[in-house]
Amino acid sequence: MKPTRRPFLNAGLLLAGLLLAGGVQATAADHVHASDAWIRVLPGALPAGAYVTLHNDSAQPVALTGATSTAYAEVMLHHSSTAGGMSRMSMVDTLTVPAHGEAVLAPAGYHLMLMKAKTPVKPGDTVKLTLKFSDGSTLATDFAARPANAIDAGEPHAGH
Amino acid sequence: MKPRYLLCLPLLLLLAMGALLGGCRSEPLPLRLTNISGHMPDLDFKLTDDNGKAVTGADYRGKVVLLYFGYTHCPDVCPLTLAQLHVVMQRLGPLADGARILFVSVDPARDTPAIMHAYVNAFDKRAVGLVGSARAVEALSKRYRSAFTREPGDADGNYEVSHSSAIYIFDREGKARLLATPSASQDDLVHDLHLLLDTGATP
Ligand SMILES: [Cu+2]
Repeated sequence: MKPTRRPFLNAGLLLAGLLLAGGVQATAADHVHASDAWIRVLPGALPAGAYVTLHNDSAQPVALTGATSTAYAEVMLHHSSTAGGMSRMSMVDTLTVPAHGEAVLAPAGYHLMLMKAKTPVKPGDTVKLTLKFSDGSTLATDFAARPANAIDAGEPHAGH
Repeated sequence: MKPRYLLCLPLLLLLAMGALLGGCRSEPLPLRLTNISGHMPDLDFKLTDDNGKAVTGADYRGKVVLLYFGYTHCPDVCPLTLAQLHVVMQRLGPLADGARILFVSVDPARDTPAIMHAYVNAFDKRAVGLVGSARAVEALSKRYRSAFTREPGDADGNYEVSHSSAIYIFDREGKARLLATPSASQDDLVHDLHLLLDTGATP
């Protein structure tokens, strides 16, 4: 699903503020831009990690609650941590994108875990994930599928 | 000539700071990562490689070994670590042929040699996937004071395995030399591996 996003809402806080004051109903997704969206593709049917940087241009924090995709049967919001020399991964309910700030989903931290690909995803593919926010709004974002041994998003890649 | 103990003073200082140094016997290599020489046992195991062949630690004598525990259903930290090691290997250039990344599965229930083969080769051609019985993997893990725990799964039978994040580095003689964490700088890894690879280049 593509959000109905008025480009001028992204132009700046001032403008957004004015519009809000004018009574325009803005959702969390209207205020969030995604960038550096990529997926680390692993061989076979193994689960993959998806990463993205979310920028919030509003004066209110927004909460990411997860994502859905037509390409994967299951998507979970996860957090990896290392404590006492042990790596573990746990499910999280929400990730807050602070007001006028950003939240980074990056390797060894927050990620979307993609499970059960419906058709094999190969490096070079573009996969659409629909990010979900706590107010029910959604943001469809293109993720670049990258090889297993990629370190980051590679070429600057802005999702929409 | 200066008395020998003077040479040991900086080492004693480092020891006091918690660094594990081998002592003053011979000129130590100026290693940057945590030096575990003399504090961890030699490389030794009986496992199966990703081609289905039975292998032991002795099969890797002559190579500098980077030992790392993980599992293929780990989509985040394990791939990141292996991807970083791949970058390190690339930076070493042709010298990297003298090194092997041994990726030991802590998930014997799901990781077969075939899955491990596809997995490690997606990262680096000098990476080897090793599988074994739960008992064999546990023995190897304990040997290096490492640990892993299978977490409770969901209704679909999916589960995660919490595991030690350390990378153990052995020299060409199979002696434990260094301990690195996934957050170790690539420069330090390249630097130290260079030193170990330059030593005894002909096995
Ligand atoms: Cu995960």
